[in-house]
Amino acid sequence: MAIASYAAPFSVRFQRLLTYRAAAFAGFVARCWWCSLKLMIFDAFYTSAPNASPALSLAQTISYIWLAQALFSLLPFCADPEVTAAVRDGSVAYDRLRPVDTYTYWFARAAAWLLGRTAPQLVLVLPLSVVVLPAIGLGAWALAPPVSLVAFATMLLSLALGVSVAAATMTLASAFVVRSGDDRGVNALMLTLAFVLTGSELPLLLFPDWARTFLLLQPFAGVFDTPLRIYCGALQGHAIVYALALQVFWVFALVVLGRRLLASALLHLEVQGG
Amino acid sequence: MTVAGTPQIIVEDLKKSYRVAERTPGLVGALASLLRRRQRVVRALDGVSFSLARGELLGFIGPNGAGKSTTLKILSGILRPDAGRCEIDGLTPWRSRREHVARIGVVFGQRTQLFWDLPVREGFDLLRAIYNVPRARYRQVRDELVAQMKIEPLLSQPVRQLSLGQRMRCELAAAMLHEPSILFLDEPTIGLDAPSKLAVRALVAELNRKRGVTVILTTHDMHDIEALAQRVIVIGHGRVLADSNFDALRVAVLRDAGEDVRIEEVIARFYALHGASEG
Repeated sequence: MAIASYAAPFSVRFQRLLTYRAAAFAGFVARCWWCSLKLMIFDAFYTSAPNASPALSLAQTISYIWLAQALFSLLPFCADPEVTAAVRDGSVAYDRLRPVDTYTYWFARAAAWLLGRTAPQLVLVLPLSVVVLPAIGLGAWALAPPVSLVAFATMLLSLALGVSVAAATMTLASAFVVRSGDDRGVNALMLTLAFVLTGSELPLLLFPDWARTFLLLQPFAGVFDTPLRIYCGALQGHAIVYALALQVFWVFALVVLGRRLLASALLHLEVQGG
Repeated sequence: MTVAGTPQIIVEDLKKSYRVAERTPGLVGALASLLRRRQRVVRALDGVSFSLARGELLGFIGPNGAGKSTTLKILSGILRPDAGRCEIDGLTPWRSRREHVARIGVVFGQRTQLFWDLPVREGFDLLRAIYNVPRARYRQVRDELVAQMKIEPLLSQPVRQLSLGQRMRCELAAAMLHEPSILFLDEPTIGLDAPSKLAVRALVAELNRKRGVTVILTTHDMHDIEALAQRVIVIGHGRVLADSNFDALRVAVLRDAGEDVRIEEVIARFYALHGASEG
């Protein structure tokens, strides 16, 4: 298996997404809006009930919110739009004409889509949250440094697994699109699941006790909740190892499931038009 | 450049059906289809057989919906048939897809394999990487094709800004970058103006004659067939209705007619004769 067959489509798509300036700035404005809103809400919440959540302090929550917003584009909220378009107009036939494993080909392109849209947000949000806020006297609402260098390195590893979880989820959704010939049902479902279950709306540790165990175990927790808990020190010691193992398990499970579904969907592939 | 011996492509009794969902129009029909689905089985291929020697150029004609594209998609490894055998250079396309598709080039005239947002040159580079063609060899082949297709001035343009004729020449080059020994062309001249058609024909003829590429071409333009194909297969209702050279076909149809009948007329009469026109 030649790596270049998959690395080239990855890097072409990644680089192309970096050039979408208007999209990057629009995303940045949205990120800032949501961040300021959430920071104010949590500040008010923790001020009126300082010990409401032993799981996550206000400082930890602030760091979590900044990073969750910076990494927002890692949300696997739909099937790959390119695959969807190809299924609709029949050019999926050309994807099947390439001497590559179709699952890996689509997985690599999904990863490029996730990372290519996230990178510009990181470049814009991080300087604002780390440098600009302290400089204008809002240091209390700034993104704090990681609890340790080891925690930072572990977070990067966990984040790589998170990207894999997200890309595998998207490719699984793409397989559903091939199977049904339509993306609307699966995308509606993915949107809801991704927003709630990744922790993008509310850090998973802040959900009520009865829901928390389930939320921390399900696959979407691996996208960025796990890395962010490591970053802000909410996960420590052996718990980190278990969390990483859980991410590895979900990557493996999602890839196996996606491969199976795609193989059976392609067996009954119909090529639209002509 | 026909080489005698074992055929390069063997197709035996291919069959393929599609299911088509049907419902009565209107609100009642929509509600009824919630309870009970009706499906109609459409037979796209009903026992297609032929074989092709290395270096042959075969024209595939037939009315819309006759099964030409389905046959090409099965031969390309994209679709699997319900029954039948197909062997191309010793491989069954849908069983050894990856190995098989590395050896063939395909152009579907109605869609593009170039990358919409990328300049042509970058699209070619991407295909080189996907097919794992060694760089030095790639540069040589690409430069030859670029000269042959006269697309040098187009290389820096994004694909979406090319005219159809320009795009089709680039598509042909893209399909040949990995030097396949077989080329499948599904309506490569559809929608093209006269100069572009002539250019595409000249290119296909050159690939066939100079490089010995085996070509199967589907088309509705009988001038394509007249200019290119030594051999013609007429397909209708998913079956092979005729398999001969074009002149023999013309003679068979024109037995009772005057000599100055246009080619389109010849073919239309042939379809009518076999009840193969689309219903």
